[in-house]
Amino acid sequence: MSLQKVYSLYKTMDEENLILSFKGVVTAELLASILQIIETKMVSSNESPRIRKKVFNILVECLQNLHHHADDYPDGRTALVTIAKEGNTFIVRTGNYIDNERAEDLKVRLNIINTMDKEGLKEYYQNSLESSVVSSKGTAGLGMIDIARKSGNKLDFEFLKIDNERSFFCLNVKID
Amino acid sequence: MLEMLVLEASAKTPSISFNGENGQLELHGRSIPENSVEFYKPLNDWLDRYGSSPCSITVVDVKLEYFNTSSSKCILDLFKKLEKINGSGTEVKVNWYYEEDDEDMMEAGEDYQAIIKLPFTMIEVEEI
Repeated sequence: MSLQKVYSLYKTMDEENLILSFKGVVTAELLASILQIIETKMVSSNESPRIRKKVFNILVECLQNLHHHADDYPDGRTALVTIAKEGNTFIVRTGNYIDNERAEDLKVRLNIINTMDKEGLKEYYQNSLESSVVSSKGTAGLGMIDIARKSGNKLDFEFLKIDNERSFFCLNVKID
Repeated sequence: MLEMLVLEASAKTPSISFNGENGQLELHGRSIPENSVEFYKPLNDWLDRYGSSPCSITVVDVKLEYFNTSSSKCILDLFKKLEKINGSGTEVKVNWYYEEDDEDMMEAGEDYQAIIKLPFTMIEVEEI
């Protein structure tokens, strides 16, 4: 990276009010470290327990999604995670490769989630919890519903088609 | 005599204290392991043994600060086991603790209450 790029990266991170950003493989150890850093930062900046818990919970689900799906792509195991604070709103953003077939399924699910209000999400979560089966990886298929429920906002997402096999999945979760 | 199940809390798992002598079962802390099945298996196994000769009253204190969706299914499975033994030699009561202003954790308790036929008492506390 050229020295100018270092500065422009710094500027971007500064302008976007990033508290933390990470690009790499989300291992279990790294996940624990990120959670610890964010928890400490939120306590020291006197965030309310309510917002602290919401950010923490949503971050756990986002990071564990990235962790569980890291092996889907041997060539693209790395993911991007950023946490920003704009005014009183926290924004968790993630970006990762996903195969096009899974992208289609996920898109359908996310669109369904986004049509629902608070009560609808509650009912959807309860039904999914009852019928879900935990996979060998430990996933229960409830993560996105839980994220939407706790954020209280619509999920903002985009699938950028990279080639015939894969897309890059970008997710923005607002917490206020 | 059924041995006590005692596990210390870790950064990603709650402390566990399941006492077969007095029927007091407690989960306390956070439950956010990547794969919760492994953590919850000994708890389920213990409940299977406890169910064969339970105390007349079983009190389950759930004092969770956070739990992830991987844990949520395992916690449901624990409640399902308790639901099965309820009425056959023991009366099961669940105390669901949540911190003030933690609407999400209160709702999580309500989710289980909606699915599981056990008496739940919702208890708001200042700090878990």
